[in-house]
Amino acid sequence: MSDPVESEPVETAADGGESRGTATRTTPPLPAIDPGDLPASPATTAAAADRHAGPLPNARARRRYRLIVAGLAVLALVLAFANLAWDNPMPIDTQGFWIIAEMRSTSLIIMVIVGFCQATATVAFQTVANNRIITPSIMGFESLYAVVQTAAVFFIGAAGVTAVQGVPQFLGQVALMVLFSALLYGWLLTGRYGNMQVMLLVGIILGGGLGAMSTFMQRMLTPSEFDILTARLIGSIANADASYLWISIPLVVAAGGALWLSARRLNVLALGRQTAINLGVNHRRQSILVLLLVSVLMAVSTALVGPMMFLGFLVAMISYQLADTHDHRYVFPMAWLLGFVTLAGAYFVLKNIFYAQGAVGIIIEIIGGSFFLGYLLRKGRL
Amino acid sequence: MITLESVKKNYSAEVTIGPIDLTIPVGGVTALVGPNGAGKSTLLTMVGRLLGMDEGGVEIAGYDVATTNSKDLAKIVSILRQENHFVTRLTVRQLVGFGRFPHSKGRLTTVDEAMISRAIDFLGLEELEGRYLDELSGGQRQRAYVAMVLAQDTEYLLLDEPLNNLDMQHSVQMMRHLRRAATELGRTVVIVLHDINFAGHYADRICAMKGGSVVEYGTPEEIMTDEVLTRVFDTPVEVVDGPRGRLAVYY
Repeated sequence: MSDPVESEPVETAADGGESRGTATRTTPPLPAIDPGDLPASPATTAAAADRHAGPLPNARARRRYRLIVAGLAVLALVLAFANLAWDNPMPIDTQGFWIIAEMRSTSLIIMVIVGFCQATATVAFQTVANNRIITPSIMGFESLYAVVQTAAVFFIGAAGVTAVQGVPQFLGQVALMVLFSALLYGWLLTGRYGNMQVMLLVGIILGGGLGAMSTFMQRMLTPSEFDILTARLIGSIANADASYLWISIPLVVAAGGALWLSARRLNVLALGRQTAINLGVNHRRQSILVLLLVSVLMAVSTALVGPMMFLGFLVAMISYQLADTHDHRYVFPMAWLLGFVTLAGAYFVLKNIFYAQGAVGIIIEIIGGSFFLGYLLRKGRL
Repeated sequence: MITLESVKKNYSAEVTIGPIDLTIPVGGVTALVGPNGAGKSTLLTMVGRLLGMDEGGVEIAGYDVATTNSKDLAKIVSILRQENHFVTRLTVRQLVGFGRFPHSKGRLTTVDEAMISRAIDFLGLEELEGRYLDELSGGQRQRAYVAMVLAQDTEYLLLDEPLNNLDMQHSVQMMRHLRRAATELGRTVVIVLHDINFAGHYADRICAMKGGSVVEYGTPEEIMTDEVLTRVFDTPVEVVDGPRGRLAVYY
C-alpha cells in the first residue's frame, strides 16, 4: 500500500487545487509515455506501431470482412445473371437473348433499389432507436400503404387498384408516408417530454390502428375485389412499374447517400443519447434527421413493391453478424449486398421453381420469421 | 472555472432542485456528496448539458452551457454517467477512440491514435485494449469509460458515481487514477461520490447537497466534522482520526 500516488492527495489537498491545476495545464495535456517508465508490456512495445482504433481491430478481421464482401458480391453477380439468363429461350450469343435479358433487367434494378432502401433504412433506424429488435416497417409505413390500397378498392371497386397506380399516385403515396412519419417524429421527439420509447410505442399503436382499419374494409369487399387487393398487399417485385424508377432513383440516392455520408455520426448515435451528447453530437436534431431520411427510403420501397415486413430486419441482423463491427461504413455495404442477394435469391426460387411471379414477400417472411426465432432462441439476446 | 447561477430544475411542485449558486475553481478534484435524492446527479447532468435546466445558467470556462454549440463544448467538458450500455459491440480501444470524436469527427489521425494510446496506458488498460467490452469485468469496463473521457482531452471532467458497483480494490484504483488525472494532467474533476470517506481522502473540495440545494462547500478539513456530516446525512456521524486522515464512522 506504500504506493507513491496513495500519499499524494493528503499533501496536495492542503495547498489548494487551483494553482496546481492551472500550472500543470499549460504543459501538453497528456504526458508522453516514456517506455522506460512502464513495466515491459508486450502490448505497448511490440505492437506499438500496430495500435489503432480502427473499425476492424486486427488483420484477421479485415481479411474476414473482405472475403465475405467479395463472396457476397460474386453471389450477387451470379444471381443477377441467373435471373436474366435462366429459362431464356434464346441462345446466349444471339441478339434475342439480350433483348429478353434487358426486359428482365427492370426487376433486377428494382431489387437493387429495394435492397438498398430496406437495408440502409433498417440499420440506420435501429441505430437511432438504440434497439436491434424493431424495424421501421412497424412504424406504420406498411399499414398506411395497406390502408391506401384497401380504401381505393373499397371506395372505387376493382378499378381502384389501377386508380392508385401511376407516377402521380406513386409520388402521392411516398409523400403521404413521409408526411405521416414527419408528423409522428416532429410531435413526439421535439416536445418537452420528447422520448424515443414513447415515439416507438405510439408508432406501433398507430400502425396497429391503421392495420385494423384496412382489415375492417377488407371484410366488406367482394371475394373478387379482395383477391385483386391481396396481390397488392404482399410485397412483390412484380408490383413495381418501370415508370416509377426515374423518380425513385433520385429520391433513394439523395436519402440513402445522406445516410451513408453521415456514417461516422451514426457510429456515435449508436452509443446512446448521453454519450452522443457528451461527444458533441446534437442527438435530437440528428435523430430526427436520420428518421426522416429513413422514412423516405421506406416510403419509396413500400410504394414500389409493397410491404416487406422481415427483409430489413433479416438483412440488418445478418449483416451485423457478418460485418462484426460497430462502424456503419462497413455495415451499410454489407447490408446492401445481403439485401440484394436475399431478394434476388427469393425471386429466382419463386419464379423458376414455384412459378409465383416474384411475390418475394412470402418467402422472405417465412425465412425471416424462422431466422428471427432461431436467432433469438440460440443467442438469448439481441 | 465552473459557475452556476441560480440553477433550478422543477420536477414537480414538491420536487425542485435549486436554486443553486456554486463556483468550482480550475484544477483539483471536487466531490459532490449527499443523501439519496439530494440532486447531485441532476446537478452534474445539468452542468454537463445532458439535462436542460428550468432557470438560471451554467458557465464552464466562460462558455454558457445552454447557448454554446454542443460540439465546441465537447472539447471543453466531458461527462460520464453511471449506466453505460451500448447496443454495438466495441473493443476497449474503439471505445476510447470515440473520445477523439469531438476533435477528429471520426477520422482518426496519428495524433489521435497517440492520444488514445496514452489514455489507455494511463489507466493501465494496454493489455486489454483489443478485448471487447462484454468480455471485461465491471471494474475494467469502468476504467475503459474513464479512458474514453480522458482521451476526449477536455479540461473539465464530470463523473457520475464512477465507483458504483466497484469493489474495494477497484474503487481505490479508480480514485487514484482520477487523482492522477487532476494532479499530473491538470484536469478539473467533478465527481459524485457516495462514500464520504473517499471524498474526504481524495478530494480537494467537498460540496455537500441536501434536499436540492448546496448546504456545505469547503475543504475536506471543513466538511469532515461530526456536526456537518450529521446534519448533511441526517444520521449520527462520528469523525475519528485514522491512520491516513480523518474517517467518518456512521455504523
